[in-house]
Amino acid sequence: MIRRRLLYLLPVLAFLAIAIWFWFGLAPGRDPSLVPSVMIGKAVPAFDLPPLAAGAPGLKNTDLKGHLRLINFFASWCVPCRAEHPLLMDLAKDKRIELYGIAWKNKPEDATNFLIDLGNPFAVTVADQSGRTGIDFGVYGVPESYLIDRDGNIRYRQVGPFTEDDIEKKLKPLIAELSK
Amino acid sequence: MIIEFGHFALVLALLVAALQTVVPLVGASRGDPRLMEFARPAALAQLACVAIAFGALLHAFITSDFSVAAVANNSNSRQPLLYRIAGLWGNHEGSLLLWISILSVYGAAVAAFGGNLPARLRARVLAVQAAIALGFLAFTLFASNPFARLDPAPADGAELNPILQDPGLAFHPPMLYLGYVGLSMAFSFAIAALIEGRVDAAWARWVRPWTLAAWTCLTAGIAGGSWWAYYTLGWGGWWFWDPTENASFMPWLIATALLHSAIVVEKRDALKGWTILLAILAFGFSLIGTFLVRSGVITSVHAFANDPARGLFILALLIVYIGGGLLLFAWRAPSLKGGGLFAPVSREGALLINNLLLATAAATVLLGTIYPLILDTLGQGTVSVGPPYYNATFMPIILPLIALTAIGPLLSWKRADLPGALGRLKFALAIAIIAALIAWWIHGGPALALLGVALAAWLFVGALTELIGRSRALSPGGLGRLRRLPRAAWGMTLAHGGIALAILGMTGSAAWKQEDIRVLRPGESAAIAGYSYRLDQVFPVPGPNYEATRARFTVSVLGNAEGSKPVAVLYPEKRSYPVAETTTTQAAIRMLGLADLYGVIGEPDGKGGWAVRFYYEPLVPLIWIGCLIMAAGGIVSLSDRRYRVGAPQRAAARAKTVPAE
Repeated sequence: MIRRRLLYLLPVLAFLAIAIWFWFGLAPGRDPSLVPSVMIGKAVPAFDLPPLAAGAPGLKNTDLKGHLRLINFFASWCVPCRAEHPLLMDLAKDKRIELYGIAWKNKPEDATNFLIDLGNPFAVTVADQSGRTGIDFGVYGVPESYLIDRDGNIRYRQVGPFTEDDIEKKLKPLIAELSK
Repeated sequence: MIIEFGHFALVLALLVAALQTVVPLVGASRGDPRLMEFARPAALAQLACVAIAFGALLHAFITSDFSVAAVANNSNSRQPLLYRIAGLWGNHEGSLLLWISILSVYGAAVAAFGGNLPARLRARVLAVQAAIALGFLAFTLFASNPFARLDPAPADGAELNPILQDPGLAFHPPMLYLGYVGLSMAFSFAIAALIEGRVDAAWARWVRPWTLAAWTCLTAGIAGGSWWAYYTLGWGGWWFWDPTENASFMPWLIATALLHSAIVVEKRDALKGWTILLAILAFGFSLIGTFLVRSGVITSVHAFANDPARGLFILALLIVYIGGGLLLFAWRAPSLKGGGLFAPVSREGALLINNLLLATAAATVLLGTIYPLILDTLGQGTVSVGPPYYNATFMPIILPLIALTAIGPLLSWKRADLPGALGRLKFALAIAIIAALIAWWIHGGPALALLGVALAAWLFVGALTELIGRSRALSPGGLGRLRRLPRAAWGMTLAHGGIALAILGMTGSAAWKQEDIRVLRPGESAAIAGYSYRLDQVFPVPGPNYEATRARFTVSVLGNAEGSKPVAVLYPEKRSYPVAETTTTQAAIRMLGLADLYGVIGEPDGKGGWAVRFYYEPLVPLIWIGCLIMAAGGIVSLSDRRYRVGAPQRAAARAKTVPAE
């Protein structure tokens, strides 16, 4: 009988567990689009990805030194990526920073079409079709962006799409500081 | 003045809801009929108060009263009337008021038409319904006041998000809310039954039509939302596993399970505890959806307000309603006596498997939706969500379910003959194999798509087999028997057939969609899927509150001589809204046979060319046709005789149903 009762308690316990997570999720100051990352301040994880279009250069983690860069994980199936795209097009005009794109879990032809259609802000675009590099970065989903300093260290992480506010108030000041 | 009057009416509604929660509960436990009867006039009064508040806010939106913050932030005097009205539910505060209005419509409907319910059950149902209203009225008044004023009032408003200015989106939220909120009825009935400690066939018969109505609205609402995404987002997709979409999909899955398990309670007096649990969970998921969309814990493209204080309030409501409901379940459900016993292979067994698969599917979607959040709160994690996750987890659950859907209705209650049932599906199996072979012959694969086609054919023919077998339609006098079948039987056939068609459409979209994206100059053509699209011209068109760039594409069959009759002329638009500084896309879609020709105009390249997108979407219209047939099945089943018999006064009352808003 007791065991039977415990069975009936399961739903409420499962719900409470979820509710507690929700409560943590609401903690003041937590911005869902700015999830802190243990990767901040650390070197970019090792990777070596093929180019999106045959013939173009690929990308390795060791290529990331010497210039300030923003790495953007995107996919053509991702709705927020489309929302974010015009902002990246604008950002690409900023000479202090180079934008690199990683097409994440996306068929190369779909990702290519996406860039033809909406414009290509990326100096280099590579394909992470298996999603393995995304896992090494700690990507939750797309879009997600990482600001990499001249020494190849991650300095900022954006989970989810950039908003104009994010770019003006968070990213631009950091770019100004790091490009001194 | 009208606004203050509306605000006052909403405060009054809060007080009425408080009384309506307490008084009937006390009456029901003391057995005092006068206190129990209080619930009915209270429910009607609550509807009246909420309707006044809703009317006041609607008036402000229609007359563009920008001294009201909700109006100033979400409307503009140049918006057409339809979108000034839709602006009411295009924002957090107003949509919450719509939510509450629908809740009180349902409560009042029980009060007005629930004459055949036992007085005690009715009193408790209305009390629980009022308790839900109480929490959400408090949330509206204290944390999301739609009647807040601005001083000084701005000269003009900030305009409704242009992407929402679309007929599809004007109608789809009310439909969706009718579904979400309708599930509160199942919840109230479940809580009332737990308080009573009794669940029987009569209870199931009362709760099922409400669930069915909510499910029908939810089906139509989800279909409407995905149709909207299909033609306004402009890249040929129709479902994105976005948190907002999942928020409507999870309650739909659970409500579907509930519809099926309530049949078992009604016919066989079994699965009682489970059915009660589903009733709590169905509404629970719709509340969790509300929380996810409005609290800002998860980023979504169509999220409303990112306000943690509001999130905390909704979380408190979640804990009270879902947590409280489940706690009551843990306490009272073990003493519910199950009646009918059944063998594993039986109609009951099949419905139980259906339930388990649907509940697992809902849990999978929930996990995918909140996984980023869970990992975040645990510190750090590495996981990916998005279509790859759902393809890997959701599909393996839903495909067997589809296969079993054809078999279940052929099994008899208590103990069934599985080989016999499978024997009756020989014809369906043959058609499924032929359909897969035809698909293979035309397209050659992929394997999963061939499986999708086969399953769709299997289910469609299986549903017809059941209908024909049940009515012996092919024997003499069959047509008459077919006509005299219970409406519920027709409803089931329609719903299952509709699913089959929708699956065929989804398969076509996933596997055989063709797209072409390129830059065209006027006069040039592109070819895709055997059609040639010629960009004739691009020209500006003024709109009421936007400037549109419209293109004209002439589509003709590839290989036909120039000058032959075109098969379609498409006029896609790109609209630029100066106030909101946003552009939207209006795809031009022409259905040709069972495929959509889909054209979109993009950005100019500055050298006289335009980025254009063409899609050839085979079978895709079937998705929405299938969903509409499913919803029609819900309506037909709702009109079944067994929901009317024994309640002649209710049938008479139905003639003067509350008119739709």
